[in-house]
Amino acid sequence: MSELQELLRTCREIASHPGKACRRAAAAGRKLVGVMPYFCPEELVYAAGMLPVGLWGADMQASLSRRYYPSFICSLLHTALELGLRGELDMLSAVMIPNSCDSLKGMAANWKYGVGDRIPVVSVSYAQNRRIPAGEEFTLSQWRKILRQLEELGGEAVSPEAVRAAVAVYDRNRSALLRFTELAGQHPELVTPGDRCAVLKAGYFMDRAEHSALAERINALLESAPASCWEGLRLVTTGILADAPALLDILEENRIAVAADQVACESVPLRYLTPETEDPLLGMARRLGTVEGCSVLYDPGKQRGRQLIELVRDSGADGVLWLMTKFCDPEEYDYVPVKRMLDEAGIPLLCVETDRQTANYEQARSAVEAFAEILRETKN
Amino acid sequence: MAETAERLPAKTVLRQLQDRIAQDAWDAKNRGEKVGWCASNFPQEITTAMGIPVVYPENMGAAVGAKGGGRRMCEHAEGLGYSGDLCSYSRINFAYADLRSCPEQEIPFPDFLLCCNNICSCMMKWYENLALELDIPLILIDIPHLDAMECDGDRVKYIRAQFDDCIRQLEELTGKKMDYGELRRVMEVSQRSSRAWLRAVGYMSRTPSPFSGFDIFNNMAVACVGRGTVEAAEAFEALADEYEALAQEGKSSFKGEEKYRILFEGIACWANLRFTYKALQSRGINLTASVYGPAFSFLYGSLDELMAAYALVPNSNCFERELELRVTQALDNRVDGAVFHVNRSCKRWSSNIYELERQFRAKTGLPTVTFDGDQSDPRCFSEAQYETRVEALTEIMEENKARKGAADRV
Repeated sequence: MSELQELLRTCREIASHPGKACRRAAAAGRKLVGVMPYFCPEELVYAAGMLPVGLWGADMQASLSRRYYPSFICSLLHTALELGLRGELDMLSAVMIPNSCDSLKGMAANWKYGVGDRIPVVSVSYAQNRRIPAGEEFTLSQWRKILRQLEELGGEAVSPEAVRAAVAVYDRNRSALLRFTELAGQHPELVTPGDRCAVLKAGYFMDRAEHSALAERINALLESAPASCWEGLRLVTTGILADAPALLDILEENRIAVAADQVACESVPLRYLTPETEDPLLGMARRLGTVEGCSVLYDPGKQRGRQLIELVRDSGADGVLWLMTKFCDPEEYDYVPVKRMLDEAGIPLLCVETDRQTANYEQARSAVEAFAEILRETKN
Repeated sequence: MAETAERLPAKTVLRQLQDRIAQDAWDAKNRGEKVGWCASNFPQEITTAMGIPVVYPENMGAAVGAKGGGRRMCEHAEGLGYSGDLCSYSRINFAYADLRSCPEQEIPFPDFLLCCNNICSCMMKWYENLALELDIPLILIDIPHLDAMECDGDRVKYIRAQFDDCIRQLEELTGKKMDYGELRRVMEVSQRSSRAWLRAVGYMSRTPSPFSGFDIFNNMAVACVGRGTVEAAEAFEALADEYEALAQEGKSSFKGEEKYRILFEGIACWANLRFTYKALQSRGINLTASVYGPAFSFLYGSLDELMAAYALVPNSNCFERELELRVTQALDNRVDGAVFHVNRSCKRWSSNIYELERQFRAKTGLPTVTFDGDQSDPRCFSEAQYETRVEALTEIMEENKARKGAADRV
């Protein structure tokens, strides 16, 4: 097995067994803090000497969570809560829960009264009017409040230098992963959709410094690889989640590569680095003001649509695959205007509904196969 | 004319006032003035003080639902690509924006949009889409969901800055200047309306309640759209006086004997309003507690307190405050049980509904039932399920009453 294959296998192992990686970190004496989507200040967890762990749910059947959430709440939140209720996250010392969407607004209480005090909640608020000075100031005030809570949790004060160092670790990771997504798009013959997802996903369960080293080595190997002679299709993916293994396998089987993505748990947070400021927390607040292309952030001009069109053009993709998380309001609202923007730009779009609790993607298989056939015909 | 108006029942005056406010918006539009579409819990003090006409798509969604157009309009929006899982008010509004007509109710098309996300985040996405679709300016006052019992200074500062910013933008958009003396006057009138509204709904605590609780659903539209006007304040004062007079005589406008009193949690099922009402009324059940009382009463003494008041609206509060609101209403108004609406349209309201029900039951010791429904899409409501749940609740309330009666006799 080549070194590249070995490294990709390592990422797959971590991404598909996150509990193992987390328990290892906990056994080494490091406190772990769960971080729910979206845009929590995880750099502050890192600065406080703890390990942030991404909580984006899991592919499983939720049952205990139904005591708290009705069935028409998205499976990301159902399964994230389910993991907590089942005690599978007991290695966490706290969980950060933002209020980015209506379903998340209910999570803090569901967690508090369901999972209980053994994993306390750190509530996260930030400004939606994030570009105006008052918005930046409000987000900054919240980051300061959260830092105080984390200091209490970690048992020691966190210096501005520690925050600055953590920000540097995260920015390095963002740069490395963004470069990886470019290289993966250029080398579909070496990086399958499943591999691509695994490299990005593994970072949610690893120390970001270690993850950067891993990603940078993968990048170096891809950079030295001979030019690709890929003849399959290339799509840009968009949505909240893009990690359903069955669906990624269907893409691979149909010789479809992920050219680039605008997915909330993948590239969306990677594109924006932290501006340098005297107070590093201000830089973090300012960074949030620059983020575009995510349905849970205020986007009055639907920059998301424009960004998607640019991604398709820049990556030379054949179309867009929208991975629609079932019962996700922000995504379902975005779909109509963004689809229209893509239609007007002449970009083909396929929307596939995804759900953490779906074991069978055969319906999606037919849709992907039909879409691929149309794209191939157009290409030829 | 004034004397005639005084003789009219307050609910008629309120209905006429609602019609007049709607007509005023049409007249303004026809005069060439700029008209806005506005979120229901947007700080109305701004537009009222500036004399800027606004209309409320959420109210239209409720009215269209109540008049039987909900399903048709929702299905049209679904044809445009909107998921059937989205808020039915927003689907009705998207359909109207596309069709530009609606036989059940029409509102003038907007020149700008005023959004406030204190009641839900979906509001923000809905208005983003409208702004793009209609190619008009959108102003958002972002009120972050509370993570504590009170609204902190950081939030007040942020909301205040947006409030001031909104005024500046509206001045530019409409050419109308804010008169801060008028703003203070509107704030005072709004307080007067809010106090009168609270006094009126407060009479639900009397036994029997002097009115059918479902009247709240009819009267709250003016509390939402017109509370900054003297006419609304006077109408709510008249309503409170009428309720007071009935209460003093031990009379009620509720049809039949008030055997049981309940808290009704959630938005009304507008498309099934008659059915949901009759199933209760026919069993002698009156609605005597609802969060809609405090929902449209904004009490404040200063501009900063006004900012906090808009952060403390139902659905913007932390869970513990939401629970306290319901428990207080239930205990103050001496209810015998509660019905919880699991509203398919409203993920914010539904995302804690089960825990809310459990803790409400634990804190009050009262029986509760839930039912599945929707605010304006009748496809999500089952008459059979509702009937069965209400029947079950009635049986428990009956048994509790019998037990209490037996204990009192000992």
